[in-house]
Amino acid sequence: MPLPSRIPFYKETDVIDKIVFGVLSPDEIRKISRVTVVRGELYEADGTPVSGGLRDPNFGAIEPGERCPVCGNTRETCPGHFGRIELAKPVFIPHYTDYLYKLLQATCRVCGRITLPSEKIEKYRMIYRRLRARWPQLAKVFSERVIAEAAQATKCPHCGAQQYKINYVKPFHFYEHRGSEGPVRLSPEEVQDRVSRTQSEIEILGFHPERARPEHMIASVLIVPPVSVRPSITLETGLRSEDDLTHALAEIVRQNEKLRNIMMTNAPQTMIEDNWYVLQELVAGYIDNELPGARRLTHRRKRTLKTLAQRLKGKEGRLRGNLSGKRVNFSARTVISPDPNISINEVGVPLEVAMTLTVPMKVTPYNIEEARRYVLNGPYKWPGAVYVYKADEGRKYSLKYANREELAKKLKPGDIVERHLINGDIVLFNRQPSLHRMSIMGHIVRVMPGKTFRLNLLVCPPYNADFDGDEMNLHVPQLEEAMAEARELMLVEKHILTPRYGGPIIGGRQDYISGGYILTVKTSFFTREEVSQLLAAAGYEGELPEPAILKPGPYWTGKQIASLFFPDDLLFKGKSKTNAGDLSCPDEFCFHDSYIVIRHGRLLEGVLDKKAIGAEEPNNVLHMIALEYGNEAARRLLDSLYKSFIRVLELRGLTMSVHDIDLPEEARRRVEELIKEYKKRVYELYREYREGRLETIPGRTPEESLEIKIMDTLDELRKEVQTLAANYLDPFNDVFIMARTGARGSEVNISQMAAMLGQQSVRGKRIARGFRNRPLAHFKPSDVEPEAWGFIKGSFRDGLSPTEVFFHAAAGREGLVDTAVKTSQSGYMQRRLINALQDLYVYYDGTVRDSWGNIIQFKYGEDGVDPMRTYHGKAVDVDRLIEKARAMRARGGVKVA
Amino acid sequence: MASARRRKPKILEHEYVPEHRVLSIEEARDLLKRLGVSPLQLPKISVNDPVAKALGAKPGDIIEIVRKSPTGGKVVYYRFVAAYGKS
Repeated sequence: MPLPSRIPFYKETDVIDKIVFGVLSPDEIRKISRVTVVRGELYEADGTPVSGGLRDPNFGAIEPGERCPVCGNTRETCPGHFGRIELAKPVFIPHYTDYLYKLLQATCRVCGRITLPSEKIEKYRMIYRRLRARWPQLAKVFSERVIAEAAQATKCPHCGAQQYKINYVKPFHFYEHRGSEGPVRLSPEEVQDRVSRTQSEIEILGFHPERARPEHMIASVLIVPPVSVRPSITLETGLRSEDDLTHALAEIVRQNEKLRNIMMTNAPQTMIEDNWYVLQELVAGYIDNELPGARRLTHRRKRTLKTLAQRLKGKEGRLRGNLSGKRVNFSARTVISPDPNISINEVGVPLEVAMTLTVPMKVTPYNIEEARRYVLNGPYKWPGAVYVYKADEGRKYSLKYANREELAKKLKPGDIVERHLINGDIVLFNRQPSLHRMSIMGHIVRVMPGKTFRLNLLVCPPYNADFDGDEMNLHVPQLEEAMAEARELMLVEKHILTPRYGGPIIGGRQDYISGGYILTVKTSFFTREEVSQLLAAAGYEGELPEPAILKPGPYWTGKQIASLFFPDDLLFKGKSKTNAGDLSCPDEFCFHDSYIVIRHGRLLEGVLDKKAIGAEEPNNVLHMIALEYGNEAARRLLDSLYKSFIRVLELRGLTMSVHDIDLPEEARRRVEELIKEYKKRVYELYREYREGRLETIPGRTPEESLEIKIMDTLDELRKEVQTLAANYLDPFNDVFIMARTGARGSEVNISQMAAMLGQQSVRGKRIARGFRNRPLAHFKPSDVEPEAWGFIKGSFRDGLSPTEVFFHAAAGREGLVDTAVKTSQSGYMQRRLINALQDLYVYYDGTVRDSWGNIIQFKYGEDGVDPMRTYHGKAVDVDRLIEKARAMRARGGVKVA
Repeated sequence: MASARRRKPKILEHEYVPEHRVLSIEEARDLLKRLGVSPLQLPKISVNDPVAKALGAKPGDIIEIVRKSPTGGKVVYYRFVAAYGKS
C-alpha cells in the first residue's frame, strides 16, 4: 500500500477536553509501535542504521532532508514513532512494585478475589465510591485499611485456598512464606499470573480496574521512545555519541536476545534465572537509575547513566528546569554599581546593552519620522533599530544587511520597527534571590556609558544589593500591555511601602543617615554659598527662605533646608535614634534635640537620623509622607532632600581615624582595673565551686552552673567596659556619630575597637574544643584564667595576641558557617511555602480561598486589612489623628469642639 | 471507673478553648448563602475532635467558633463537621 505523502497527526479543530492516565497494555504498545527492536548494534559497517536496531529509520526522520518512512514527514514535522522490545521473560517495572505488593497481600493466591467475604466487599465498594466522590484523600486511607484487613485472612472466603504471608524485599523480590517450605521467591511471571486473575472489585484497593490493570505493571513488552527523544550527537571527529537512553536500551536489547537464546537451548534453570535477573536490573535502571538497593547502569564502568527518571527529577529536571522555569529572551545581566544622581525610578543601562535589547515599536502616522530615524541609524548607532517588520510584505528585514535608506523610505504605518532601548523605556530589574515582590521592580531606562547597570543607592534595601560584585538582571517587556502594567504596578515608587509589615522598605542607609544628622544637627549653620550647593544638589528651584541668623552674617540652619522639601501641612512627631542613653527624653520638651517635631511641614526640633529617614523603619517621616501624600510625593522627597544629605557630607567631610577610638590614659587604667576586679570574681566562682558552695541553677549540673555564671560575669565586664569607653569618647567624633545615628556600627563595635573585645564564643559557649581540658597548648589544662577559654583583653586598636587571634577567628568562623547553613535552609523553606500558598487569593468578599474556592480564611488576615496601607499594622493611628486635629485647629483650619 | 467519666474535664469551659456553637439549620443555610459556598468548601473539623464530641455535633453540622485574634479582636470561624480522624 503506498503511503500518503504526509499524514496529519492532528486536526487543528480538535480540542482536548480531558486526559486519561493509565498503564499501557502490551497490546496497546504493539499497536503504537512501528519497530520491534531485536538487535543491539546501532549502525552497520557502512554507517547506515541497522534495521531492527535502536536507530531504525522507522523511529522517525531526524536527518535533514530525510523523509520518514512511517508518516512521510521531514524532520521538522515528523513527530517520531515508538518501537518496542518483546521481552523474553516479563520483568517488574520499578515504582509499580509497591502496588503489586498491596494487591498480592489483599487477594487470593488461587482465585484472585479479595480475601474478604462477598457481603463485605460489596459494602466496602459502596463506601469507597462515596468517599472517592467527596473525599479523595480519605478514599486512599480507606483503601489502606481494606488492604490491611484483607491481608489478615489465612483462608480465601471464596475458594477456600490457604493464604500465606507475603514479604517484599526492595527492589524486586517477593517471597511467599509457605509454612514448612520456608520462603519461596515469586518470579515476575508468577506475580503477573496471580494479579491477572483479579477482578473489577480491586477498585476498592485503589486500582482502576480497566485503565490500570495490575498485570500491565509487569513489563512483558517494553516501549521504546523515538530517536528524537534520545538524539545522538556527532562530534567534531566524526564519531557519533549516543544518548544515555540509547545506551541503556541497547544493553536491554542485548541481554534480552541473550536470554531468549539461553531459553531455547534448554540451559539449566539457574542460568536462565541469573540472566533473567540481569534483564530485570537493566530494565529497572532504564526507568530509574537511582533506585535504592539496585545496581546502577554505567557508561564504561564510570559515569552513571541519566535515564528516564533522572530526566524528570530535581532542580534541572524537565519539571522544575523546563516547565516551571524557562530561559528568556530580551534580558541582560551585568554587574551593578551605584549612581546617587539618578532617580530611584531609574536604572542606568550601558550603551552596549541598550543596543542589543530591542522594543517593538508599531509605526503610526505620528511616530513615522522617529521610526525612520531609528531605521537610518541602524543596529550599530544608538538610538537605532535592529529589525524592521514590513506588514504589507509580511517579512522581517535585518538592518545589519538591508539597505537602510531604502527601508526607511518605504516604511509605512502598521510596520513594526524593533528599535534600541532608549531613555524613558520601562524595564524590569531583578536581583536574586527573589524573596519578595520588591525583588523585581519596574525601572525607567537611562542609557549611559560604561559596562555596569547603575542604580540609586536608596533602592538597595528592597533588592538587598550592595556593590561588592553583585550582578542583576534586566528584562524588557515587549507588549504595550506588559509595559503599561510594569509602569502602573511595578515601578519602584509604588513599592516604597512593603506589604510585609506596613512600613517603608526604601530609604536611606549609611551615608544618608550620617548626612541627615549632620545637616539637621543644632550646631550646623550654612552660608549662602553652602545652602545654594545643598539646594542645587537636591534640585530645588524655589526662593531661599529667610536666614535664621543675620549677625555676624546670614546663616541658615540645616532644619530650614530640610523643611523646604516637606509637604506644607506635614505633621510628624517621634523619637530619633539618638534619643537613647544620656540623650533621651520622652517628649518634645527635649534639650538634646533628639525628639523630632515637624509641624506644618517645618522641622522645628530634632535631628533626621535612622528613625526619621532610614530604610525599613516603620512610622518614620518617609512612611507618613508615602501614606498620606502618596507614593509620588515620597519619591520626590527621596529624589531631592536625600541628595542634599550626601552633599552635606561632601561639604563637611565624614571620616574616621585611630584617634577617634583613642582612650585617655585614665580610661585605660580603669579598664585594667575592671578586668582585674571581674577576674577576681571569676576566681571566686571557681573557689565556691570547688568547695561545693556554688549555688546550682535549677535544671543544671554544678559544672554547667559554674560555666553559666562565669559567662555572665564576663559579659557584665564587657558591658561595664562598653559604658566606660562610651563615656570617655567624644560623642561628636565621626565614629560615634555614625553609631549614635544608626548609620553604621554600634557602641559594642566601638568599645571593641577602643577598649576590649571580650569573651569569644562558639555555639553560645566559651571556646573549649581542641586539646584535652584546654583549647590551646599555650595554657595549662583546666586553667582558671578566662584568657585560656577565649576571653580577649585586647582591643582592635592595640592589637590582639596570637592566642587571641585564634579565638577571635574561631568565633568568626562560626558566623560564616551559620550564614551559609541558614540561607540554604531558609531558602528551601521559602520554596515549600511558596509552592503551598501561591494560588491562594483574596476574593471580592474578603475571604481567602484556594483555586477550588475552598475557604482558607473568612476574612483576610482576620481583620481584612492590607498592611501596606496601614500605620505599621494599625489601620488607624488614633494618636496621630488627634495630633493632626490639634495642628489644624491651631491654624484655624477646622473647628474642634 | 464510673467516677473517672464524671471527672472528665469540661473542655468547653476551659480558658484556652474558644467559644464553640453548633449552628441551627436556618443559620447554616444563611451562612452558606452569604458566603456562596457548599459546605464542603468550608474548613473542616473532625467529629472525633474533642470539642465536636463535647458539643455532640454530628457529621454535616456546622460549628461556629468565636476566638480572639491578635489582629482582628473577636473573629468568627466556621467549620464543617466531617466524619474522619481517629476516634
